[in-house]
Amino acid sequence: MNANTRMPTWLADWFRSGSPGVYLTAGAVSFSLVMVFGLLFLITVRGMGHFWPAEVVRLSLNGGDTKYALGEVVDEETVSAQRLLDNGIKVPAGQLTVHRVLLKIGNRDLHGFDFQWFNDTEYDEVRRPRKAVVIEREEWGNYYGFVTGILERDQPVTYKTSPWPQLRKRIARAERLRKAIDEVQNEQMGAINYALERLRLDTRRLELDGITSGPPLEAIEAERGRLKAEYDELAKRLATLNERIARDVLTVETVNGEPGKIPFRDIVRAFRPNAMSLTDKLGHYAVKLGEFVSTEPREANTEGGVFPAIFGTVMMVLLMSVFVTPFGVIAAVYLREYAHQGLLTRVIRIAVNNLAGVPSVVYGVFGLGFFVYFLGASIDQAFFQAALPAPTFGTPGLLWSSLTLALLTVPVVIVSTEEGLSRIPRSIREGSLALGATKAETLWRTVLPMATPAMMTGLILAVARAAGEVAPLMMVGVVKLAPTLPLDGNLPFLHLDRKFMHLGFHIFDVGFQSPNVEAARPLVFATSLLLVIIIVALNLAAITIRNRLREKYNAAET
Amino acid sequence: MLPKPDREAPPMSDPSTGNGGTPTHAVDIKSALPRDEVAHERAAEPRECLAVKGLNLYYGEKQALHDIHMSIPERCVTAFIGPSGCGKSTLLRCFNRMNDLIDNVRIEGEVVLDGQNIFAPAVNVATLRRKVGMVFQKPNPFPKSIYENVAYGLRIQGVKSRRVLDKAVEAALRGAALWDEVKDRVHDSALGLSGGQQQRLVIARAIAIEPEVLLLDEPASALDPISTLKIEELIYELKRDYTIVIVTHNMQQAARVSDYTAFMYMGDLIEFGKTKTLFTNPRRKQTEDYITGRYG
Repeated sequence: MNANTRMPTWLADWFRSGSPGVYLTAGAVSFSLVMVFGLLFLITVRGMGHFWPAEVVRLSLNGGDTKYALGEVVDEETVSAQRLLDNGIKVPAGQLTVHRVLLKIGNRDLHGFDFQWFNDTEYDEVRRPRKAVVIEREEWGNYYGFVTGILERDQPVTYKTSPWPQLRKRIARAERLRKAIDEVQNEQMGAINYALERLRLDTRRLELDGITSGPPLEAIEAERGRLKAEYDELAKRLATLNERIARDVLTVETVNGEPGKIPFRDIVRAFRPNAMSLTDKLGHYAVKLGEFVSTEPREANTEGGVFPAIFGTVMMVLLMSVFVTPFGVIAAVYLREYAHQGLLTRVIRIAVNNLAGVPSVVYGVFGLGFFVYFLGASIDQAFFQAALPAPTFGTPGLLWSSLTLALLTVPVVIVSTEEGLSRIPRSIREGSLALGATKAETLWRTVLPMATPAMMTGLILAVARAAGEVAPLMMVGVVKLAPTLPLDGNLPFLHLDRKFMHLGFHIFDVGFQSPNVEAARPLVFATSLLLVIIIVALNLAAITIRNRLREKYNAAET
Repeated sequence: MLPKPDREAPPMSDPSTGNGGTPTHAVDIKSALPRDEVAHERAAEPRECLAVKGLNLYYGEKQALHDIHMSIPERCVTAFIGPSGCGKSTLLRCFNRMNDLIDNVRIEGEVVLDGQNIFAPAVNVATLRRKVGMVFQKPNPFPKSIYENVAYGLRIQGVKSRRVLDKAVEAALRGAALWDEVKDRVHDSALGLSGGQQQRLVIARAIAIEPEVLLLDEPASALDPISTLKIEELIYELKRDYTIVIVTHNMQQAARVSDYTAFMYMGDLIEFGKTKTLFTNPRRKQTEDYITGRYG
């Protein structure tokens, strides 16, 4: 090397000092942090903004048949005129770009769509009418317009200046009645239907055993009669409730004066965003947020909450933990403590490690083929013959999903448990053996308790992976909308055979399979944020337990 | 093959006269010896507890013990000394079959305890280890409470009665001279004790199951001088009830605590005899060289 190509001394010194390495590594860390926080920030902003009561604007349109447009501003952008022309939208000549706003105009029952773009050139005046009202409905999405009156049994209700006190009272009443109807319809009638279904299965079972008459059948018949009478009673109550809830109707008109009627039973809530104070808005926000995490979805998952999905996700992860921990620990104990440490054990270990790298969708296929079609069908043949041809376990469900994910995550539990076992000092094992304990007693009384922090580490990794997994679940038990939760008041309470909802799949479904993509978009972000929060919460819980265990045993690991 | 050490054989040399440059610590050893009458010792000749007969031990191809013959007396302290790697720990670990845990170990010969060869196939290792307790170099309490540490052996034997356990734990802790220090916190974690206390706890744990023999593998090597002193005092107390075999690097310690001493070198038992005799009148040159500090 000649002197000209050699780098200057200060530069060489700088390289030798290791500073570039420090910058490089620190840079990598900063980059990761920016990515993580950027992601969290994005989904938080886009997701949490959804629940804020946005102001409603009225655009005075110039030209066309309609005079006004009323709705929330959702988005605005500047696009090239050419792009609009290509899509058949008229643009004044000579203009290169067009500024436009996206309005959520709602009233899907009238327009057939919720969202509409308005070019700058299409409207003149923007107003925020204080009386504009947003009505969230059970069906057809939001209504934007103005309240004109309240009808009680088709007679107008009189009020002094504002219909709002009456309106609130009646919405609350409808809400109460709706809850009562829900209780009768879904819980009480559901329980009777469940019991009737079981009676049908009992009859079928007796039939399969060759019994077609006699006391057992009579008992079933008597029970069925009793249940039917109870059901009729409930049906009568339901009819009364339905009559009562149909009493009130709200009359409304759109911004263009088109009159309409909304029965109170369909109103979830009504509010005037332009007339709300900041406190009102905050309260509204809290209520909406509470609704999001605690209620069931409405309207093809684009409205309402995600509670069943939260419940399904947590339930599935917990069940998976219950399956994966003992299985992984037992396997690790054999591999580390009992198996002869030779070529075969090494090969098995490599195989186990590689299992962790198999794409999860492959596990889904395996779960479907083995658990659902083979194991489930066999269980049905053996224990649920009465229900056939309708499958009980021979169809995707919670149990198979948990087992599939347990299979997916068992390698991490095995690996970390093995590591934990190998870290336990020999002196501790010898101490126990020297006191006359057998190897099994030593394992059970001393080694395994000391390895619990490592097992928890494995479980944490397993939970982190399982909670975010969607692809395999689509094959073995997750559905878009599950009519019932996997846990309820009917014996045996935990229904492992039921299909369930999952936040990860919910995101996919709302985002890509929804009939109303624009309305669902903020929900995608909100649900993503919720999924992240739930995974973090599950992990934090496991980490807390692990740290407690570590504290208990840490001094022994020196 | 080396000749079998004979306790009655006359001394081969005297370290105090045999060497010109005697290291100072050799003098210390002598001052540490009890100055009893020889005739008195003879009168109290103890019974045999463990008999080692022609013991050979191999780690794979390598032979670690060569044809060891010795007789360990009951209710005495027998010390194994010798340089590192001489096989003294290996020999000690034969007595409770701790070497079984190591792969590729092959043992020939016999160790007889209570008239039975402990390597016989009929011997239950767990039962043997209840009779032959062991304390290791580093204190190894379990990450449990002091109480549970001491009760461990009894619980394994199926003792469930709280009253029996309470009594046994107290007796063992008293036996290990630890009771007064921990009686108010027996349900606290054993890991909170100091090193010396932990080692005495481990001794308490070993004597809680009332073994016949107590094997101590360098029990004080990881401890400070004061804790070492306490352990040595404890050993002196314990030999009234137990046969004690101790491995130590520290020759003063061997001289202070033991009644009999075995000197080992390269897997051979070079010399075995009364501690006093061995230190003052070693019969063999190697012993003399070692205790005067020529190597080790």
